[in-house]
Amino acid sequence: MKVILNSGQIEQILADLTSRVISEFSPQLDVAVIGIRSRGEILAQRLSSRLSQELGREIPCGTLDITLYRDDLNSPQGGAQPQVRTTEIGFDIDEKIVILFDDVLYTGRSTRAALDALRDLGRPKAIKLAVLVDRAGRELPIQADYAGYKTDVAPGELVQVFLSESDGKEEVVIG
Amino acid sequence: MAIRKGKQLEWKHKHLLGLRDLSAEEITYILDTAKGFEEISTRSVKKAPPLRGKVVCNLFFEDSTRTRNSFTLAANRLSADVIEFTKTASSVSKGETLLDTARNLEAMGIDIVVVRDSAAGAPKFLSRNINACVVNAGDGFCEHPTQGLLDVYTIRKFKGSLEGLKIAIVGDIAHSRVARSCMWAMTKLGAEVTFVGPPTLMPAQVDKLPVSVSYSLDEVIEKVDVVNMLRIQFERLGGNPFPSVREYSHYFGLTVERMKKAKPDILVMHPGPINRGLEMESEVADGPNSVILEQVKNGLAVRMAALFLVNQAAAQVQ
Repeated sequence: MKVILNSGQIEQILADLTSRVISEFSPQLDVAVIGIRSRGEILAQRLSSRLSQELGREIPCGTLDITLYRDDLNSPQGGAQPQVRTTEIGFDIDEKIVILFDDVLYTGRSTRAALDALRDLGRPKAIKLAVLVDRAGRELPIQADYAGYKTDVAPGELVQVFLSESDGKEEVVIG
Repeated sequence: MAIRKGKQLEWKHKHLLGLRDLSAEEITYILDTAKGFEEISTRSVKKAPPLRGKVVCNLFFEDSTRTRNSFTLAANRLSADVIEFTKTASSVSKGETLLDTARNLEAMGIDIVVVRDSAAGAPKFLSRNINACVVNAGDGFCEHPTQGLLDVYTIRKFKGSLEGLKIAIVGDIAHSRVARSCMWAMTKLGAEVTFVGPPTLMPAQVDKLPVSVSYSLDEVIEKVDVVNMLRIQFERLGGNPFPSVREYSHYFGLTVERMKKAKPDILVMHPGPINRGLEMESEVADGPNSVILEQVKNGLAVRMAALFLVNQAAAQVQ
């Protein structure tokens, strides 16, 4: 087990991301943050509250459950059957700039599923992908717009994200 | 935010035949899954892709509007293709057996059969003889699992939990598969169920079921948190189980007068279709305690969950 990010570094990544979003989009633009369950939900909430604070207005935040859009539903999942949970997006995504937040970008399949799910919810002006960890091993032509940390871990290894809200501790580990 | 830790339950049943054989945990798992499907019906594209390329056949040997339409819509919202099969417009009227009908449909590549039949056990029989998933949409006086599930789903939504609730199921218990499925689901989730009705409409050996029995709605109405009024099924009643419709309504109808004795937050339920003025006065059916239309709405989410889960289980054993 190797810690690649500690709580201070995670905090710094969110702070950097907040300033990048603010500098990249003019303040009038309609930005919303949507997190992919489960860890992306927490990261999205942190980002939206930072953005809301900086911009002095409420930046809407939602949660996306991508289970129904996965591409492996009809193949045996070998003991890891996905559970359908709720999508909670209480605002209209049409014409918004959506920042889609996930904890780890790996094969790109979750992102693909999330893009398809968002398509059924409306037509955003743009979708930007933010991830805490960008790990090598893409199986689809998908790249992150904001990646907090890039790593080249071997295919068999596990990148685990722990966040205080869900796990009681704050770190990212490999192995 | 609720993030589940530890080992989560895995759905292993490729058929949904009844609630009697499911555990409380499994029933809860279906309800939790259904929760994720509610949102689909609220958005602009009311569709999600998990059953894309799958074929669902509605095999209904008895009349149904609500349940059949609900299953069709549920399948459509999951992107499945649906074949509608009704008794009168098919070869069944020419004498084809249930099994032959199902096997022929299966030869066309059906993945899930939703079956309703007047014979108890017909879905189970089918499940043993065909490869497709089987979902019971009502068999004889035995079970109607998705109705039981949508009823507990609705109760859970309004009351938070079934644990410790007192529930009356009122009316023609003997001929009601809804009463049985409800009884299994409600008692497994911790509610106390009382069957209420005239002795002539109680099932044989009711004392062997996990319920109390009462012959007086007046005695029960003030104590319960939920009252589920069953439809008097004139098409099934033989003989004269009660002297007159008026007398039945007098003793077992949910009237405005009777509602005055009930708890102010009592939930009034009915599986539909209502005989207005018989089981229930219109003012009660349309009143503030009625969740009848909510039941219909939730039925859709529950049926989406049922179709999704049986298909998931089938994918695991491929």
